[in-house]
This record gives sequence, structure tokens and C-alpha cells, in this order.
Amino acid sequence: MSTDRVAVTPAASDLLRSLAARHGPLMFHQSGGCCDGSSPMCYPVGMFMTGPGDVLLGALEVDGIDPVEVFMSRAQFEYWKYTHLTIDVVDGRGGGFSLETPEGKRFLTRSRMLTDAELSDLGLMPQRQ
Amino acid sequence: MTIAASPTTYAAPGEAGSLVSFRPRYDHFIGGEYVAPTGGQYFENPTPVTGRVFTEVARGDSTDVDRAVQAAWKAFPAWGKTSVTERANLLNRIADRMEQNLELLAVAETWENGKPIRETLGADIPLAIDHFRYFAGAIRAQEGSTGEIDHDTVAYHFHEPLGVVAQIIPWNFPILMAVWKLAPALAAGNCVVLKPAEQTPASIHVLVELIQDLIPAGVLNVVNGFGFEVGAPLAQHPDVRKVAFTGETTTGRLIMQYASQNLIPVTLELGGKSPNVFFADVAQEHDAFYDKALEGFAFFNLNQGEVCTCPSRALVAKEIYDGFVADGLDRVRAVKQGHPLDMSTMIGAQASNDQLEKILSYIDIGKQEGAKLLTGGERADLGGELSGGYYVTPTVFEGDNAMRIFQEEIFGPVLALTSFSGYDDAISIANDTLYGLGAGVWSREATTLYRAGRDIQAGRVWENTYHQYPAGAAFGGYKQSGVGRENHKMMLDHYQQTKNLLVSYAEGPMGFF
Repeated sequence: MSTDRVAVTPAASDLLRSLAARHGPLMFHQSGGCCDGSSPMCYPVGMFMTGPGDVLLGALEVDGIDPVEVFMSRAQFEYWKYTHLTIDVVDGRGGGFSLETPEGKRFLTRSRMLTDAELSDLGLMPQRQ
Repeated sequence: MTIAASPTTYAAPGEAGSLVSFRPRYDHFIGGEYVAPTGGQYFENPTPVTGRVFTEVARGDSTDVDRAVQAAWKAFPAWGKTSVTERANLLNRIADRMEQNLELLAVAETWENGKPIRETLGADIPLAIDHFRYFAGAIRAQEGSTGEIDHDTVAYHFHEPLGVVAQIIPWNFPILMAVWKLAPALAAGNCVVLKPAEQTPASIHVLVELIQDLIPAGVLNVVNGFGFEVGAPLAQHPDVRKVAFTGETTTGRLIMQYASQNLIPVTLELGGKSPNVFFADVAQEHDAFYDKALEGFAFFNLNQGEVCTCPSRALVAKEIYDGFVADGLDRVRAVKQGHPLDMSTMIGAQASNDQLEKILSYIDIGKQEGAKLLTGGERADLGGELSGGYYVTPTVFEGDNAMRIFQEEIFGPVLALTSFSGYDDAISIANDTLYGLGAGVWSREATTLYRAGRDIQAGRVWENTYHQYPAGAAFGGYKQSGVGRENHKMMLDHYQQTKNLLVSYAEGPMGFF
């Protein structure tokens, strides 16, 4: 079996469906740095240019819409590679140019440590001390 | 700054006796007047102090951005040709008006952002006032240059404004960060279209209402709204000559992406994960200097940790670790959390619900990673009307620098603490980060201060101090922390073109044809 690095909550899936209905296919880029950083940014596909400096973490399967790819900068990924990320949503407002903010919602990345079995599957064992 | 707290509580906006009456609604400020948004929509603006809505704000769109950019260009031909004396005088008049209304602006800013009133009174607003005065002086004193290329040929260099510039402001210091960008842009003769953060859109309008009679119509324009609906159209507007942004890395990349299409310059300030390094000699004596260093340890609480340069990683020498950390934790536990309008409050509310949630999610990942929670680590319920506000207890985790809580900007009162063995280890840990905005170094040895300050890859290294932001000290990032330097006269370069006139005084031809 292959290990997923990313997942999405039902509430976030609902919001993605409604955003996709208005804006078309979507993607995420996990941000770093200050203010609205350390949070996922949701864009219509084509708005944000990814490149060799990014890692594709996976694609979120949301019923009824195209898979939503999740990216992160390669440098940031070095520090995040031992964690599994779940895109959730909370009440909030504002967050860079992310699509959901006018809805009074804000996507949020929840994290858990990958298990030894998952790390092994991803070729990341032995774990850092 | 020095804090001399008197035990006062300011009345909250909306209560009897408050210095501030927010309007029930704020429109866009375009072409010297307040105008309703084209789409007719508004969004609610809550105060993080209680979570309750206190005003609503225009929800702009690309049409509003167009109007503002046009109004700015209409103003530019006259404004761009004003003398430096006129512009300096204007900045000084703005500063005077702000100074006359210091408490009013401080209360407005605290209510908007949630930060303690003693910070807005003692730092945010006084720094903003001084910033206008600094750039008033800087532009008066700025000169071009002449170069004598040879006996017959002279190169003259003039500074010229860029035209209309876009400024996208963060929510952590809504007024001060706006002024950091406005003062140099206006001093240099540009017209501005400014977008406040949607989390903190109102206090800037309290300032604009105070100073609008001083500023020629169209020189300053403010368009409110959300990033996707206003920020993005503004950043990619073909008639904008420069974009200044403070925020995070992904949006920073988008701004550069847009700028590449319009071939315009950008300045970016994108945050950090600043190390605060305490060398062993700090604890040599338990004197005033030691006391100052302990304050330095607790400085991650300033502005609830919502500062790009928050000293969010403390690196303490192994030799002094146990004693210094114990004393430091005592100092952190003494940080008084309370109503932000109470002068004795030392830490207020996080700026928004989503910011609160993000901080709590990082506290969760810190625990999962095996970091040891030494103090705090939870949402604080301050009771009464404050129960609806967004408060987090000052939090200290002990762990190692590879952990995510040591690498990501949490933007809350969360300190990641670790030890180091010797100078090289200290520098290695300090530099093991994607960012390079700020750093702190504490030592009684001048050589250690100098070497460490030079070896740490950050744009601002505080030495035996932290969190001072005087105008005249350049501020900006190495590595992924951004591009450009604010808070110094060199920022004028980011808002100016260089015009070179190359003049020949030779009487005859060069002889080629």
C-alpha cells in the first residue's frame, strides 16, 4: 500500500466543493513565514506557479471535484517530511490571497507524526534521533 | 522605549467616555473622499478583545482597485513635482496630528488588533510618529550626485519618484506597518494605493480621518477587502510601478510572480524564526544586565508573539542552562494577561480566531513531536466579555532544533527552547532555519557579540537588547525572509528611479561619423 501524506476533513471537503463550483479546479500551497504563514493557501489551478523548488505532497480526493493537489516548497518540506497533514477549516478571516477568506472561513493544516510503518513505506526510516 | 505603566484602564470604544468612536461602517478612501464599494458589499470586523463585531468595512473588488489606481495617477503629476520641502512639511504635519491624538490612536489600535494598550501607547504609535519625522528629514537631506566622467563629460544623477505604488499591509501592526511603507513612499513623491489587512481594516481609517485634510486628494488611497478580491488585483495591476508586501512566503512568491509579468520591483518582508542566543557569561553575575537578559528571554510575548522577528527560538548555553531557564520561566510566568485596555496588561489577545486556532494546532504538534511543555500551552479564558476573545497563555517548549515548532513561524506567544555547547554550536543552530530576519545575541564580551552578530545570517541582529525598532536602523531579511530594507533612508531607493543625465560639454564631435 502507498502512504498518503495529506488528507482532508469532511468540513474542508464541503468548502472545497463550493469553492470549486465558483472558481474551477483548485490547489493548495502550504505557506511559511509570518502573519498568515504556516497555513495552507488555496488557489484556482493556474494562479500560483509551482516549480522545481516545490514538492507535490499528494492530491486530496474530494467527491464531485477534480483532485486537489497540495504543494510545499522543497526547503520547507525538509522540516515537514516526518509529518502527515490534514487540511481542515475553522472560522476566520483573511489569509494572504487564499480563496476561502471572504466566506468567513480559513483552511488550517493539522499535523500528526507519521508512524514507523508509514515512514518505512516512504523510505524515511531510520527516523532522525 | 521604556515602559512606565500607570494603573489606568481606557474605556472600550462604544462605552461611555471612550476616546474612540468607530463609525458603524468604513468605505474606501479614494481620490480624497470616502466612496462606497462598487459591489455594495461590506464585511464585519470583530475586535479580538471580545470577539464581537464593532464595525463593518467595504468589501472591495478589482473595479475599486482600478478606481484607486486611476485616482492615484491623476494626483501624481502634481504630487511628483512638489518640492522636498513641501513633502517633508506634510510628513511633519501628519506626525504632529498623530502626536496630538496619541491616546486615541492607541486605543483604536488596541481594540482593532488586541495588543496591550501599553504597547500601542509606548511603541506602535510613537514609532509611527517618529517614522514620518525621520523620512521628512531624510528626504530633505537627500541629494543626487554628479560624476565628472572626464573634462568634457558630466553624469548627473537625480532621484525621481516611481509613480503609483501598491502597499499590502499585515495585521500585526496595522498602523505602524502602514506607516513604515507610507512614509518613504510619500517622501519620495509617489502616490499610494494601500490595502489594509482584512483582519484589521478599521484602525487605519481612524488615522486617515485624522489626517485626510492634510493630504492632497489621490495621493493616498485605501481599498479594503480580501486578499483574493483586492490584494491580488492590486498586486498584478499593470499601472502599478512597485509593490511592497509584508506577509508570508507563498503570497510573497505570488507577488513576485505578478511582478515578473509587469517587470516591476517588489519589496517583501516575509517573517522568520528568530534565534535569541544567550552565551554563558550572561549569568556570570546576577546583576542589572542579567535582569535585562531575562527580559530578553520573555520578549517572545511582545505583541502576543505576532511579530515577524519574534525571538521564538531561545538558545541557552549548556553551562548556565538550568539556572537561567528557571529564572527565565519565572519571568514568563509573571507576564500578566488581561484586558488589553488595562495599562497593567502585558499580553493581550491574538488578532483573530484563525490565528488562535493555528497557534493551538502548533502547540499540539509540539507535544506530538515530543517537545517538553515547560509552561502555558493552552487557550486562556479570561472570563466575562473576554471569554469571546482570542487569548493564549505564554508557552515555552523545550526540544531540539529539528522539530517543526523550532522551524515554523507560529506567530504566537510560543517559545521553542534548546541548549548549545560552545560558540560554533550556537551559530550552527541559530543559522539552521529557512529564514533570516531577526536574531538576538546576549553576552558581556564585546568580541562574542561582534563575531556572533556577523556570523548569524539575519538582517537584524539585536545585541544585548531585543524588539527595538527605531527609525534609522535598517530592517529586512536574509534567506527566505524577504527582499529589501525598511525603516531606514535606504528604503527611499526602493521608491525611487535614478535619472541619469549624461552631458557632453565638448565643443566638437566625437569623430566616429
